[in-house]
Amino acid sequence: MNLYSAWKIAYRSLRANRMRSILTMLGMVIGVSAVIAMVAIGAGANERIASQISSIGANLLLVLPGSTTAGGLRSGFGSAPTLTMADAKAIGRELPSVRLAAPSVRSTTPVVYGNQNWSTLIQGVTPEYFEIREYRLAEGRYFTADEVDASSKVAVVGRTVIENLFGDESPIGEIVRIKRVPFTVVGVLEEKGQSLQGQDQDDIIIAPITTVQNRLFGSAHPGSVGVIIAQAVDRESIDEAERETVALLRQRHRIGSGQEDDFSVRNLSEMLAVAEASTRIMSLLLGAIASVSLLVGGIGIMNIMLVSVTERTREIGIRLAVGARERDILVQFLIEAVFLSVAGGAAGILLGIGGSLLISRFAGWSTLISPGAVIVAFSFSAAVGIFFGYYPARKASRLDPIEALRHE
Amino acid sequence: MAAAAPVIEIERLSKTYRLGPVHVEALRDVSLTISQGEFLAVMGPSGSGKSTLMNILGCLDRPTDGVYRFDGQEVEALGRDALAAIRSRKVGFVFQGFNLLPRMTALENVELPMIYEAVPSAERKERARSAMAALGILDREEHLPTQMSGGQQQRVAIARAIVNSPSLLLADEPTGNLDTATSEEIMEVFVGLNEERGITVVTVTHDPEVARYARRVVRFRDGRIVDDGPGEGRGRRGRASADDA
Repeated sequence: MNLYSAWKIAYRSLRANRMRSILTMLGMVIGVSAVIAMVAIGAGANERIASQISSIGANLLLVLPGSTTAGGLRSGFGSAPTLTMADAKAIGRELPSVRLAAPSVRSTTPVVYGNQNWSTLIQGVTPEYFEIREYRLAEGRYFTADEVDASSKVAVVGRTVIENLFGDESPIGEIVRIKRVPFTVVGVLEEKGQSLQGQDQDDIIIAPITTVQNRLFGSAHPGSVGVIIAQAVDRESIDEAERETVALLRQRHRIGSGQEDDFSVRNLSEMLAVAEASTRIMSLLLGAIASVSLLVGGIGIMNIMLVSVTERTREIGIRLAVGARERDILVQFLIEAVFLSVAGGAAGILLGIGGSLLISRFAGWSTLISPGAVIVAFSFSAAVGIFFGYYPARKASRLDPIEALRHE
Repeated sequence: MAAAAPVIEIERLSKTYRLGPVHVEALRDVSLTISQGEFLAVMGPSGSGKSTLMNILGCLDRPTDGVYRFDGQEVEALGRDALAAIRSRKVGFVFQGFNLLPRMTALENVELPMIYEAVPSAERKERARSAMAALGILDREEHLPTQMSGGQQQRVAIARAIVNSPSLLLADEPTGNLDTATSEEIMEVFVGLNEERGITVVTVTHDPEVARYARRVVRFRDGRIVDDGPGEGRGRRGRASADDA
């Protein structure tokens, strides 16, 4: 018997029991669509982590100043003014594994425009900072290195600040007052969304570091910076960049061997790797739970195939009497089971994709349908059909012809 | 005809069923030889073992003891698939209850044995139609079994039995569900197949009218052959000779 004949026989018997076939398929539909939707949710979460990683900037090192010790109380990293603008420049220029480095100072201060005011984060940086953190412009321009040297009173403003101070007006060219100092808005940042820690990255005003230090916050230690952010040339050279930075700063700060660093270097990618790993575990878990429903669907197929074999014992007897071999009967019932699971799987793929799209639209979760997951779910449903269809089909093919013929 | 090669040789065949604690001896030491081209009726009361014999002859069942040679080949040594091959190519079955597949048309039912021989679709249809034409039911090819009379259904079943050109046709109470007139028509069909195609026909019946078509009658009682003699050989030849006279 060829496969086409077997398929025709199977199709006919499935059509004769239409309702039963559809209900059996439904088990597979639910199983496969659950797997696809769950994997899509997991992949969506992963994708979101990845985009957050890129919103912070890739391959970053954070250099923090050392701690002060006052009266036996150690104040933690960042409290001593040990890092300078010159350190930042040296890291950016001298180290082969570092692409860019930018110093930064930050503080939260009220900002006034007309009769509106808003407290926001004021960040003083050099132009390299925009590139490292991948801040893009929605409007206007960045400030330049010359403006940093000249301590120009210019500012690039984030979306949240604009919404609260300007409403719908274009802020370019307008003057905002920060601690009574007038700053001209020259650029508007593209929206970046929340950081991993849940901070609004758009609630920010970025200005030249020199202006911020000289005009706004002042400093007991002119030229010292809050933090230096550095970007390695690629992912592989992060560790090397870290070593080189430590070596360079120790040399620049004249720290002898055996003495402790007066700064610390942190690798941001480590933190992100942890976040990535946790979402990966979550998507695995979701997929595993959904697979259980696929298993249940398979058991449903096995159940209905066993019923079908019992019901059609006489038919099997007739087929055996006219010359069907064991294999012919086996193939016939196996094809029925595989058709149920594969057709259910195909419908489940459509439902799973549709469901994922609905979830992302109405629940606001990001989902990502990967072709890999679809292919795996589909082949898995075929495998379920073969696995759970085999036992009933074998039972049918092993029937004794005489007993099968006598069956009522 | 008597000199023809034996299709079936059985020697000291027995079959014992176990129904719980009771052993039922359906066949006891049965020996029988059937030659190519014979028309044989097996008679006996119900429970005499004649159906058991048919099932063993048709390779649907295996004997408990004894030797069965089909076309000179010992059947005990064969596996399930080899038995299926014999049923498919060398034996045609006709049952009392017709045993057609209810959801298939007459044509598809006749095609069934060829599906298992992997005959291509076009040839299958052609051979099925010619078998149906020989039985005078070509106009019923698209009918479902439920849309046909008992006689028509049995003709479909016979067409199915002969479509692979078997050498042996086994009929188990083929007229048991039919009225007298239809029974006679069906028996005429068997006679025709036997005479024109040389197919060996073995039919089980308890109806003496049916047995009168056979040229040899074997009588069973309690699992043993109690009588083996010539039959009347009614049917075409009988009528033809009557017409000659």
